[in-house]
Amino acid sequence: MFEAPVIPEAQALPGNKPMPLTVRGLMLELGGARVLHDLNLDLGPAGCTMIMGANGAGKSLLLKLLHGLMAPTAGTIEWAGTPAAQATKQQALVFQKPVLLRRSVAANVDFVLKARGKNRSKRDALLDHVGLAHKAKQPARLLSGGEAQRLALARALATDPDVLFLDEPTASLDPASVLAIEGIVSEAKARGTRVIFVTHDMGQAQRMADDVVFLHGGHVIEHSPADTFFPKPQTQAARDYLQGRIIV
Amino acid sequence: MQSLGDALGLALSLVLSGDADLLEIVALSLQVSLTATFIACLIGLPIGALVAIGRFRGRGAVLIVMNALMGLPPVVVGLLVYLHLSRSGPLGFLGLLYTPTAMIIAQTILIAPIVAALSRQVLEDLHGEYAEQFRSLCLTRLQTVQALLWDARYSLLTVGLAGFGRAVAEVGAVIIVGGNIDHLTRVMTTAIALETSKGDLALALALGIVLLVIALGVNAAVQSVRMTATRQAYV
Repeated sequence: MFEAPVIPEAQALPGNKPMPLTVRGLMLELGGARVLHDLNLDLGPAGCTMIMGANGAGKSLLLKLLHGLMAPTAGTIEWAGTPAAQATKQQALVFQKPVLLRRSVAANVDFVLKARGKNRSKRDALLDHVGLAHKAKQPARLLSGGEAQRLALARALATDPDVLFLDEPTASLDPASVLAIEGIVSEAKARGTRVIFVTHDMGQAQRMADDVVFLHGGHVIEHSPADTFFPKPQTQAARDYLQGRIIV
Repeated sequence: MQSLGDALGLALSLVLSGDADLLEIVALSLQVSLTATFIACLIGLPIGALVAIGRFRGRGAVLIVMNALMGLPPVVVGLLVYLHLSRSGPLGFLGLLYTPTAMIIAQTILIAPIVAALSRQVLEDLHGEYAEQFRSLCLTRLQTVQALLWDARYSLLTVGLAGFGRAVAEVGAVIIVGGNIDHLTRVMTTAIALETSKGDLALALALGIVLLVIALGVNAAVQSVRMTATRQAYV
C-alpha cells in the first residue's frame, strides 16, 4: 500500500477562484479489474499540477474521474467541497485527440458559447487569442493537428473554466505547436484557471508544473512540488521514469 | 399486344411531348412521396437520435423492433390504414380514404421506421465520437440531439433518400388506400400496374422511365451534395 504524500496548498493568485481538490479513498474498477487503488490526494487551489506516469498507470482515468466524467467505484472527489460530478460545469477538458464538430472553426466556438449561455461576441477574441482568427470560416476538420488542438483549447476557454484539464494535448505536435499550446495554457493559469495536465513530455512538465502527481500501477506514489520532484524524485519508479528506464 | 420496341418508342414520345396525363401522375407521385418522406423524417430522425443516445432498459428490444419494422409489408400497412380510415373504422369520420392524404399516411408509416432505424445507426456512431466531449460540456439531451442531427446532416440526407426511394417505388399500400382513381389518386406505380394489366405498355413504360430518371436524379443530387461536403470535410 502506497501512502500519497500531501504537499502544502499553493498560494492562490489574487482574483483566483480557489479550487482546492480533496480526494479520499478513490478506487476504480473496470471490467472486474482494479485500475486505481485507494487514492488520496490534496491539491492546492491554484497553479498547474502535472499528472505523470507510464502508459497504463491510470492518468487519463484519474483525469476523467476528477472532471466528473466517470464515477468512482469507491471514494470521494471534492472540488472546494463540491462533488466532482456536480463541478463538471465549472471545468473544461481538452482531449489528446481533439473532438471537433463537423462545422466551421467559428461555429465550433459558437456551439460551446451557446451551450453555456455565453455571449457569442467573445468568439472573435477567443479565436484571435489562439491564433485562428484568420481561419474562422474554414471547416474545423481541415485544420492541422496543432491548429485543431488550439481550437479545442479555445472552445475549452470559452466556458471560462475554473479548472482546465488537459490530457496530453501536445502529443504528436511539432515544437512550435507545443509552445503555442503551452503559452495559451500559461496565460489561462496566470488569469487564475486551475490547470491539471497529463503529459509524458519531461521538458513540458518542467516548464509548466508547479507540482507533480506521479502514478504507478494505479497508485499515487509521489506528489511533490516540481522543483523537488524533478531533481530528487523520492521513489524508484519515478527515478526510472524520469531517466527513461522501462518501468514494470 | 405491343412489341417492346414499339412500346419503348411510344413511351419516349409520351415523355418528350410532356403528355398531360403523364405529368399529372408524376406530379402526384412526387407530391405524395416527398410529403411522406418529409413527415417520416420529422418523426423518424428524433426517434433515431433519442434511441442512439439513450441507454435504457429494453433498448435491445427496441432496436430489434425498429430494425424489423424496416421490412414492413406494404400491403399489410395498406390494409391497416384502410381499416382505420374506412367508414366503419375509428378514423372513418375524417373521410380520408381514397385521397392523396391516405396515401401519404400509408407511405409515412412505411418509411418512418426506415428513417428511424438508419438514422439511429448513423447518429450512434457519431455520438460515440462526441459523447465524452458533450458530457464534459454538460449538454442537455436536447442539445445533444440537435448537435448530432446537425453534424450528421449529410449522412442523414442519404437516409432520407432511402426513405424516398422506398416511398416512390411502393405500390401495395397506396393502391389499397388510394384506390388508383384517375386524376385523383393515380400515381406512377399504381398506373404502371394498371396499364400493364390493360396491355397499354407505352404509358406503363413511359412511367417506368420517369420513375427510373427520378430515382437516378435524386441519387445523383444527394451524391453530389455528399461529395461536396466530403471535400469540405463536413462529413
